[in-house]
This record gives sequence, C-alpha cells and structure tokens, in this order.
Amino acid sequence: MVYLTRKIEFSASHLYHNPALSAEENRRIFGKCNNPHGHGHNYTLEVTVAGEPNPVTGMVLDLKDLKTILEREIMERMDHRFLNYEVPELKGQIPTCENIALTIWKILEPKITQGRLHKVRLYESADIFAECYRNGASHA
Amino acid sequence: MSDALKVVFGRRYRFAASHRLHSAELSEEENCRVYGKCNNPYGHGHNYVVEVSVSGAVDPATGMIVNLVDLDKFVNGEVIEAFDHKSLNEDVEAFRATVPTTENLCREIYQRLKHLPLAKLERVRIEETSNNAFEYAGEETLDHAPMP
Repeated sequence: MVYLTRKIEFSASHLYHNPALSAEENRRIFGKCNNPHGHGHNYTLEVTVAGEPNPVTGMVLDLKDLKTILEREIMERMDHRFLNYEVPELKGQIPTCENIALTIWKILEPKITQGRLHKVRLYESADIFAECYRNGASHA
Repeated sequence: MSDALKVVFGRRYRFAASHRLHSAELSEEENCRVYGKCNNPYGHGHNYVVEVSVSGAVDPATGMIVNLVDLDKFVNGEVIEAFDHKSLNEDVEAFRATVPTTENLCREIYQRLKHLPLAKLERVRIEETSNNAFEYAGEETLDHAPMP
C-alpha cells in the first residue's frame, strides 16, 4: 500500500454558538470563538489517499485529478466563505475543526474512486488540528 | 470500509529544556562514541514541540471531542510545568536512571497523559528539533499513515 498526500489551503470565517444554550453558557464554553460577528482562519487541509500504484502509470491516482476534486469539492465550497452560513453540509453543526474535518471526509470519500480516502487532517492553525480516518485503518 | 469513522484532535505544545545523553551502563568511551556531542557533561538544550492527539466522540452540543481550555490545563499541569526550563536529567524523576532521549521522553509524556479524563490519548509526537521527530502510541500499533 502506498499513501499519497495532497495539501491545500483555504481561508474562511466561523463562529461557535449553540442556540440551545444560554448566552452565558455559550460564552463560557466557546470563549472568544463565540464572538457574534465571527472570526477567521487560514486552514490547511491534508488529504491522504491509499492504494496500490497502477502498474502502467505508476500512480495511485493522478494528482491532477485529486487537485480537481479538491478544488471543486472543498475550495469552491469553503474558501473565503463564512462556514456557519454558506456551507450547507455544516448547517446545524458547530463548525469546529473536528466537525469540519468530518464533513470534508464525508464529502470526499465518495468522490475518490481511484485508491481510497485514507485520512484527512485539517489544521486550523499551526498548533491545532483534527483528523479523520477509518477506525481499522492501518499502515503498519 | 465498514469500520467506524474516527475523529482525532491534535494540539501542539512547546517547552525548552536541557538534557545530557549518558548511560551509566556504558563506559566513558562508549558513551562518547554512542552519544557524541549529546554526551557533553554539561548538557545542552532543545525547544521541544509536543503534539498530543486525542480521540473520542464529538459532542453534538459543542462540536468538540475535548474543550481546548481543559486539554491545555491538563497538559500544562502534567507535562509543560514539570519540564519547561528544567534539566530533564536533574529535575525529572523518571530520568534519574533513564537516558532522556526523545524516545524515552515520548514514553514518559505518554505515561503522564494517558489518564487524561477528557478523551482517549491516541499518541504523543515530539519534535526535538525541526529535523527530528519521535512518536509513541502506547504498545498498540500506530494506526495512521506516516506523512509522506
């Protein structure tokens, strides 16, 4: 098995607010992230695809194809967007790093038909990330 | 493909500490040969970066596996305060008899964090410098792909 990773960056704004909680609880749990006007990040997304290289092309999948999928599915949806209001897949969810990573997984998994999606890792900043993969996935 | 999806949250912390690599079981000459400059009797230091990864259910009310503030409090209390601006050999009990290589440091930090009450500790990754990194995930096999 070979693992191939492509990285993209997008910029987006969000805020954390759960309407089922009081204003006070929202502030206590989410702190600065509860600012009603939102704030933004430069997100870095790493997408790892696992597979056996095709014996003819030597590729697990063509990086150009992966680039096109990421442009269409992720950049167009999320880049320079307000995640709470403009990304339908995140509606009703708090757009934390965990939930965005999970949403990206669900969007990408059916689109990757050569090799299979192995992992997504989403950095909200250099020091904070969330990743998503299948429980039984193993490279060892 | 039927396996459940797993979500992991990762956070990087930093501390600066000194150490000296020296094994009481080796002769002076062997220590010098094995550890090279790291055997300098007065020690030397690094800016360590510790990446802590935890997994668990994403709470639908908060969207979080663990609240960053609570995780920071735990990691700072268990690790960063004990190690930052310290001599690992002299100030950390675990390294009085064990060589403070970053391999052993990974294990020590994993031991200190594995009782994290907030989520399941997945792994500890330490960058000793920007060119050297070590990971420990307990005695289970690491179940994520290496970064290509």
